[in-house]
Amino acid sequence: MSATVDDRTPAAPPRSAFARGPWRSLDELAGSEELRRFVETEFPAFHRRLAAGVDRRTLLKLMGASLALGGLAACTPAQEIVPYVRQPENVVPGRPLFYATALRSGAYGIGAVVESHEGRPTKVEGNPDHPSSLGATDAVMQAAVLELFDPERSRTPLKAGEPASWAAFLDHAHALRDELERTRGRGAAILLDPVASPTLERQLVALRAAWPLLRLYRHDPLAATGLAEATQAAFGRALAPLPRLDRADAIVSLDADFLAEGPGRLAHARVFADRRRVRGPRDGMSRLYAAESTPTLTGAAADHRLALRPSRVGALAAELAAAVETLTAVGRPEAGEGWIAAAAADLVAAGPAGLVLAGDHQPARVHRAALAINARLGALGRSLALIEPSDALAADGGLDALVAAIGVGEVTTLLVLGANPLHTAPADLDVAAAFGRLRELVHHGAYVDETGRRAHWHIPAAHELESWSDVRGHDGTASIVQPLIAPLHQGRTAHEVLAALAGDVTPDALALVRATWRDALDDPAWGEALRAGVVKGTAAAPVDIPAASVPSVGDGAPAPGEGEDIDIRFVPDPWLRDGRHANSALLQELPRPLTKLVWGNAVLVSPALAARLRAEPGQMLEIALDGRTIEAPVWIAPGHPDGTVTLTLGHGRAEAGAVARMAAGYDAFRLRGSAAPWIATGARLALREPVQRVLTTQHHQSMEGRDIVRHASLAGFREKPDFAHGSPPAPDDTLYPRWDYPHEAWGMVIDQTACIGCMACVSACQAENNIPTVGPDECERGREMHWLRVDRYYEGPPDAPDTHFQPVPCMHCEQAPCEVVCPVNATVHTHDGLNAQVYNRCIGTRYCSQNCPYKVRRFNFVEHQDFDAPGLEAAANNPNVSVRSRGVMEKCTYCVQRISAARIAAQIANREIADGEVVTACQQSCPARAITFGNLNDPASRVAAEKAAPHNYALLEELNTRPRTTYLARIVNPVGDDGKTEEGGHG
Amino acid sequence: MADAAATRAARPPVLRGRHDRDEITGRIGSIVLRGRLPRLFWPAFFVAFLFVLLFFFSIAWLISVGVGAYGINIPVAWGTMISNFVWWIGIGHAGTLISAVLLLLRQPWRASINRFAEAMTLFAVAMAGLFPILHLGRPWFFYWLLPLPNTHMHWPQWRSPLVWDFTAIATYATVSLLFWYMGLIPDLAILRDRARTRAGQLFYGILALGWRGSAFHWARFDRTYYLLAALATPLVVSVHSIVSLDFTFALIPGYHSTIFPPYFVAGALYSGFAMVLTIAIPLRRAFAVEDLITARHLDNAARVMIVAGMVVAYGYLSEAFFAWYSGDTYEQTTMWRRAFGPYAPLFWVMLACNVGVLQALWLRRVRFSPLALWIAAVLINLGMWLERYVIVVSGLANDFLPSSWGTQSLAWLDYGIFLGSLGTFFALVFLFIRILPAITIFEVEELADEKAGRA
Repeated sequence: MSATVDDRTPAAPPRSAFARGPWRSLDELAGSEELRRFVETEFPAFHRRLAAGVDRRTLLKLMGASLALGGLAACTPAQEIVPYVRQPENVVPGRPLFYATALRSGAYGIGAVVESHEGRPTKVEGNPDHPSSLGATDAVMQAAVLELFDPERSRTPLKAGEPASWAAFLDHAHALRDELERTRGRGAAILLDPVASPTLERQLVALRAAWPLLRLYRHDPLAATGLAEATQAAFGRALAPLPRLDRADAIVSLDADFLAEGPGRLAHARVFADRRRVRGPRDGMSRLYAAESTPTLTGAAADHRLALRPSRVGALAAELAAAVETLTAVGRPEAGEGWIAAAAADLVAAGPAGLVLAGDHQPARVHRAALAINARLGALGRSLALIEPSDALAADGGLDALVAAIGVGEVTTLLVLGANPLHTAPADLDVAAAFGRLRELVHHGAYVDETGRRAHWHIPAAHELESWSDVRGHDGTASIVQPLIAPLHQGRTAHEVLAALAGDVTPDALALVRATWRDALDDPAWGEALRAGVVKGTAAAPVDIPAASVPSVGDGAPAPGEGEDIDIRFVPDPWLRDGRHANSALLQELPRPLTKLVWGNAVLVSPALAARLRAEPGQMLEIALDGRTIEAPVWIAPGHPDGTVTLTLGHGRAEAGAVARMAAGYDAFRLRGSAAPWIATGARLALREPVQRVLTTQHHQSMEGRDIVRHASLAGFREKPDFAHGSPPAPDDTLYPRWDYPHEAWGMVIDQTACIGCMACVSACQAENNIPTVGPDECERGREMHWLRVDRYYEGPPDAPDTHFQPVPCMHCEQAPCEVVCPVNATVHTHDGLNAQVYNRCIGTRYCSQNCPYKVRRFNFVEHQDFDAPGLEAAANNPNVSVRSRGVMEKCTYCVQRISAARIAAQIANREIADGEVVTACQQSCPARAITFGNLNDPASRVAAEKAAPHNYALLEELNTRPRTTYLARIVNPVGDDGKTEEGGHG
Repeated sequence: MADAAATRAARPPVLRGRHDRDEITGRIGSIVLRGRLPRLFWPAFFVAFLFVLLFFFSIAWLISVGVGAYGINIPVAWGTMISNFVWWIGIGHAGTLISAVLLLLRQPWRASINRFAEAMTLFAVAMAGLFPILHLGRPWFFYWLLPLPNTHMHWPQWRSPLVWDFTAIATYATVSLLFWYMGLIPDLAILRDRARTRAGQLFYGILALGWRGSAFHWARFDRTYYLLAALATPLVVSVHSIVSLDFTFALIPGYHSTIFPPYFVAGALYSGFAMVLTIAIPLRRAFAVEDLITARHLDNAARVMIVAGMVVAYGYLSEAFFAWYSGDTYEQTTMWRRAFGPYAPLFWVMLACNVGVLQALWLRRVRFSPLALWIAAVLINLGMWLERYVIVVSGLANDFLPSSWGTQSLAWLDYGIFLGSLGTFFALVFLFIRILPAITIFEVEELADEKAGRA
């Protein structure tokens, strides 16, 4: 704005704009072309109002504001800083605040409580009141804060690739609105990344009501429709499953990875683990049968696992249904041989406490079979509830329908909300060409991604932690998403973009969300919903399905494909999902639960297939499907079904940012067809010569016959509850005086039965403790920094191994080998039993790491965190944990900052630290509650009770390190009444 | 008896030919005073100096980037810096053994090789002393290992073998320096007297500390020299024993072994004598002092190597045997994977050099062929370096939890620093030869006098 205004007459108009000479009235001015141009450049959103004709009153307001601003622009901006004289309410410097919100996971939300330091979010925890979280988080949620501070997030609207302003977009949106008003939405479409947000739904419904010809398409590359189709066919409406694993004694998974996939996975993991927490011979366990077409965490947790080709699951489901039918008919049967017979016998014996779950990606007939078995067992409404899905916004179809509509010219203007179809579209849809035919493409997304680059307009999306929104959990419970921080850049929520399109001049996401809940929540209830993180009473009611209405399984199982044809199973990357998190270094570097791969993906093949192909790990494999080919490095996955390869989606993105560029990986979307997005048959493989580096954090998969993960069957445990104790007993001699703990003596117990290996703890540890990521090159050298790792061991035959997970933090040994060898006293024993690392003393001899039998220490080989570099990343750091410079050793501290905080609080209140007051980051995130932490000096503490369990043991106890972190031996519950038959495999 | 006498007679003499004082002093002194150097001396020095520059560059790189520039990682967090350290300190041992132990044992053959062996010790210890510092994550804080009173109340942790190590090396370096300088004093006086330039007279004069060669001087010299020898002798055993404690003290399989102290001492002597030969053989040729450093010296050094080498071989055997006999699965796995795991090639090359090549020394022909002996010595030096590297990395690569198993590879800096230290060592040897008498003048004179019956 002009600065030529005379200071003494601030009310005078800017001369540059009105240099026409004397003017007599404001009206005269307002009618001037110059004013029109001036308002157009400065306030584009208003100029259309102006053009549409404004009343005199509004004009005067606008004019007054403009003139006053014109005067202000002449002033030199004050450079004074304002001291923090009046403290904002509730903000005490140094004391974090916690806000409840929800983070998206697929289309649904998972409740979260976010820690904020002086207005800066630093850490995500689960919301115990939220049914999808129950206090736990997953690995991806932990990365949210780092993603918020990702410097490569889109910062500003782009018009044809050039920076533009939000105001300019508003102007454009209003032009578009005017046009759509006229045409009632003809030619326009919205492509939506589906999300179960009531506000978004309300806005879209309102838009479609206003413009009936507006089209709405949904594109979720990770969605599956099997169950919806099955329920649609059976009951006339699409329904979503709500398994009640706490009521299930016998669970059969037909390729359903319910512990690691789906919006309810955290809740499932919790109740599943709760049903398997064995502490004494009288405790019982549920039993899990898992048939699966790729190794999953559910299969690893199963008591009986069956690996089979994805195309065979339908036949298996039919056979299982038949077996259940037969057994039910003949009454209580004897268990037969084989997986199906055993599973069927257990299901029938369990009756309504049986549960069959089918994988989302499986076709409708598998779901039909599962429903039929559940109905036959009487499990419907008991261990399996069905609810109305929360994101069931009616749409005109998916991406294929959109491409078709563009092809025939029915859609010329497209608003893409959140989706990135140019990366995630099936390979047989030429989305790029279709988009090329669009008159206008508007993209709203967090990154200028593949789609954003092609768009005429790109609007940066506000991060979830910057947004007002709402989202439903897997059971329908709604949460209000509230921002932890004002948008760092010019990000806007989808609500604001839609509101702008609807003609709102100053869209305000809070007002939009509040408007949705105006009727349901009065102001106190709104406040309560924000505080609690859930809107009470919004959970979906189970749909009452009479068992009789479930059709029985037909004979519709086609003959399974066999022979040389290869099945392809597509899976989303557990962390990057469809690729939307590809620019997160934390997630790229977080080892995948089973493969332990980092910074890239590989084609998973069975050991037998690798042997037939003579493929070495990392060797390139050409995979051909329906005329499309990709090349990808081979990785051998023990337990992988033969004749099948697993391809991981979400990698190999071209336009995802600098972090994603560092990662290797292939893009499996380039092979994926739209007809069978999850399971493809008839693929051909050809081995290629070159070898690509595939990075893993665990190079050795066998326990080498050592007593590392001790385990037994439930029967074996009942027979000998202390089976985990070695003979001879561990030595207990020491030359040094014993430590004395007058106050607390911290300790940890990790339950290997409960642990599902989901890696949430590792991710949480990294987020809590400012642990740096090191990048693929350093990972290749073996220098990853995770303080906590989850070791995965295979046992048994390579084609059907048992999979064990063992989280390994610092053991905090009583007689710590690291302490005696440090020449400079940098690692010392504390008064409460911790093995503390004093970073400032450390000179980096690395002797402690040498002498650590658990190899849990991590060294800053180079400068991983540049403290002085300007940038946003440092803002994500936890201010209570020092960042470490190069040349010093670091390791798990049992979250000593949390212990200190609890101690300070207890000392101020003049009391002892209560049990459960100190929760470590790993413990807090664990969905299965496998980690217990507390004061061993307190005999009433939960950790003391866990230590007293008969199957509690110390890792490498024969070394007489006397670790404070101990393990509960893994107990599985296979069929076999005497326990002896299973000794060979599990003893 | 007759046979024994015949054998002894068959051995070459310690000193060949007849020499008088002037001739000896002139020949040795003129290298220093007149710069009577072989033609290739300065070009060779220049090559060594290039490696000195590499050493400086590597160290600068290390300090600016961090120890991440090495190939080390977790689990194998120690690497070439530790093996270099042990190797160099081992090389130092021969010098102390020759000068101190052989002095006490009245072995006359030590006289013509002790000076440069001592210098070699000193330079090797200087190199060795650098490596623990270059190994540190924060090398600029190395002095925190010292029990210095300071404001941040930092005190060494005396249970750590690294502190013992630091003390042992500091002691060793101090005693070696004193011993070497003590032995130099009479020669410095000779050079002072023969120097023709003022600068030379001043330089050697100041260093000679007023030595006049009086009977009192000689009496005190002898007493002090023998006393220092007596002090240095236990160090031959203690230094490398303590270095070995860095390993034995740790509970890592492949480290935690009681055989290490004697085995390390034997290994040190073995590699030390190999290095003496590596230097002495070209030296005697280049300076045409084959009559002073005779075949007898080479033969004796080779015989010491046979003894030390066989002890080392016994060490290998006993390590393997006790790994099996202990029944300890960790030890067994480590031993097995040392021989057949990721570091197997290094292990077998090491065995071939240290045990295989050694057997050639039983042959008289090899011992009396300077070229063959030199090749054997170089190979044994290589083998001993590999031995240290294999010990350092192979136990860590396969320790208790298989999930952590992993290997390290070598980065350019690992080579840069090692080759740089070799270059620096040789550059120092060149400078030493140019500035100080590389062969003890007065002792060789004494030897010649004894031989001539003039004493």
